[in-house]
Amino acid sequence: MSIPVVPEDVLPEAVLADDALTAPRRGRRQRFSQLSRRDKGVLGVMVGIPALVHILLVWLPAIFTGILSFAKWDNVRPIDTIKFVGFQNYWTIFTIFDSQLFPALFNNFVLIVWLFICSAIGVLLAYLLDKGIKGTRLYQSVYYFPVVLSLAVVGFMWKSVMFSRDTGLLNKLWPGGPIDFVGDQKKIITFHIPFLDSPLGLSRNFAALLIAMAWRHIGYIMVLYLAGLKSVDPSLREAAAIDGCTDWQSFRRVVFPALRPINVVVAVITVIEALRAYDIVAALGVQRGTEVMGTLVTTALTGEGGGRVGIGSAYGMVLFLLCIGFIIWYVINNFREQDT
Amino acid sequence: MSEVTGAPTVGIRRGPRMLLHAVLVVIALAWLVPLVTALYNSFRFFEADTQPNGPLSWPKTLTLDNYRRAWNVGEIWRHFGNTMFIVLPALLLILLLSSMVAFACTRFSWRFNVFFLVLFTAGNLMPQQVIFQPLFKIFKWIPWPDVLSDTNTGNLLGTKIAVILIHVAFQTGFCTFVLSNYMKTIPKELGEAALIDGASVSRQYFQIILPLCRPAFAALATLEFTWLYNDYFWGAVLLQQGGERPITSSIAVLNGQYSQNYNLIAAASMMIALPTLAVYIALQKQFISGLTLGANKG
Repeated sequence: MSIPVVPEDVLPEAVLADDALTAPRRGRRQRFSQLSRRDKGVLGVMVGIPALVHILLVWLPAIFTGILSFAKWDNVRPIDTIKFVGFQNYWTIFTIFDSQLFPALFNNFVLIVWLFICSAIGVLLAYLLDKGIKGTRLYQSVYYFPVVLSLAVVGFMWKSVMFSRDTGLLNKLWPGGPIDFVGDQKKIITFHIPFLDSPLGLSRNFAALLIAMAWRHIGYIMVLYLAGLKSVDPSLREAAAIDGCTDWQSFRRVVFPALRPINVVVAVITVIEALRAYDIVAALGVQRGTEVMGTLVTTALTGEGGGRVGIGSAYGMVLFLLCIGFIIWYVINNFREQDT
Repeated sequence: MSEVTGAPTVGIRRGPRMLLHAVLVVIALAWLVPLVTALYNSFRFFEADTQPNGPLSWPKTLTLDNYRRAWNVGEIWRHFGNTMFIVLPALLLILLLSSMVAFACTRFSWRFNVFFLVLFTAGNLMPQQVIFQPLFKIFKWIPWPDVLSDTNTGNLLGTKIAVILIHVAFQTGFCTFVLSNYMKTIPKELGEAALIDGASVSRQYFQIILPLCRPAFAALATLEFTWLYNDYFWGAVLLQQGGERPITSSIAVLNGQYSQNYNLIAAASMMIALPTLAVYIALQKQFISGLTLGANKG
């Protein structure tokens, strides 16, 4: 093994690093080119194997889904029977299957709005818990525990004790007699869209799921935000207090804007969670009224009359296109200020 | 952690403070209602007790019958075994692979390191439904000896190995992101010094960086354990044989069979929730720091 040659420009920096107490540390990373051949090989393997697994099982299938969304295929016959049909699948899902696509899209949209409301409550709770009163830790533990449960289990727990027709606690509280929330497809509100045959709306069974999901989402966002609040430089708030800000004003005008990176994370998590929603709906059995994009894609590909590969992939691409903007926003937010 | 000193509001007045406590206590109680009611009623008969008398009434008898039946019919023990078979190897592989990528991409300067970090981070956020159809084909295409699987089809499709692999592929994204943020906070001079002393790359990785990342590993292991344990989707779509499914994916079967016995479903939910709740109670600090490491930069 060759002894690594120390490049001249590394040494001064290492020496300088101690002087730069106020400036951010700018120690230099090891350059790839100054490594021995064997070390380069080791690094190649270290990145190569994980990258291979990740690309093969995540990105490649995503690309295939994109390709298949332009194709007609029954999923059984050999691959050379695939026929490319242009945008026909997309045309089909937006016109012929519109009674499936739009209710699912609508539910995902409702979910985004709803989870944003929950996120706001989570941020508010974090703000309240950050006031330094006694028992903060205990409150935090209680609000947070639903997050460790899977959404499938959350669904079952709420179904069994909160929403069951005769014994559910919330059904008993509901004015006007007990109703079976989880099984009830009746719409609470409806919107008539001119070009759709049937109106879109929020049904009771989906509203029940929304409440169960809120139980989990609020605690999640609260913990994320609480950590962010603790990382805010206290002198910022002191300055605001000296300038005569009330507590809420200093949160609203100083702390909240200062936490922009966390705000982006919270926003992206909220949207992605809403778009990826699947577990709780599928575990309780998809019904009319609870369908979301996640279950729509899955049933088109595996369920009754499965094997509509083109149609299922087109649904999948709609979901992908809804997500990708937010994914890019998240990535830019995280990697923009990097010195790499 | 326990003494919160974040905000300079220690002098919050007594009146508002009491009001705040009252609000927080009410919310906390509301938060506990579903769990406590489920726990309470899981020890009661449904048709003879809960249904006529209501879920909050004084119990006629307390029973373990719901647990016994859910345990037997749901084959809970077997599904726990499946879960462990999937979660533990996946967890080890995730931490190993993601620490390698994070190490190579943050400790060394080369052309594509940001590209790989972006690739992994973005991949982790991909909706699972977008990829699973071609994934079937890919798993079918990868040969796998029957000795190591229970499907006897000669490929990976339908084996628990396939579930492990997709977890590894997905979660490596998140862990790489967290670990790379963590490793960036380790002074670069450590690597330089090691280089000058002639330490190879693998030695830097095993003897310098890995030991320093122990807190991050503890946090990620706790968090990832609950995430993998709680996975519903992959266990359900990749394992067509119901008996092979992990515990969380298997609960839908019980729901189908006992959709009217809510107390039995509550008992099953409690059994499934118990391991993650135990991990949370025992390792709360790691759990929370795992999440916040992911959200806060560096």
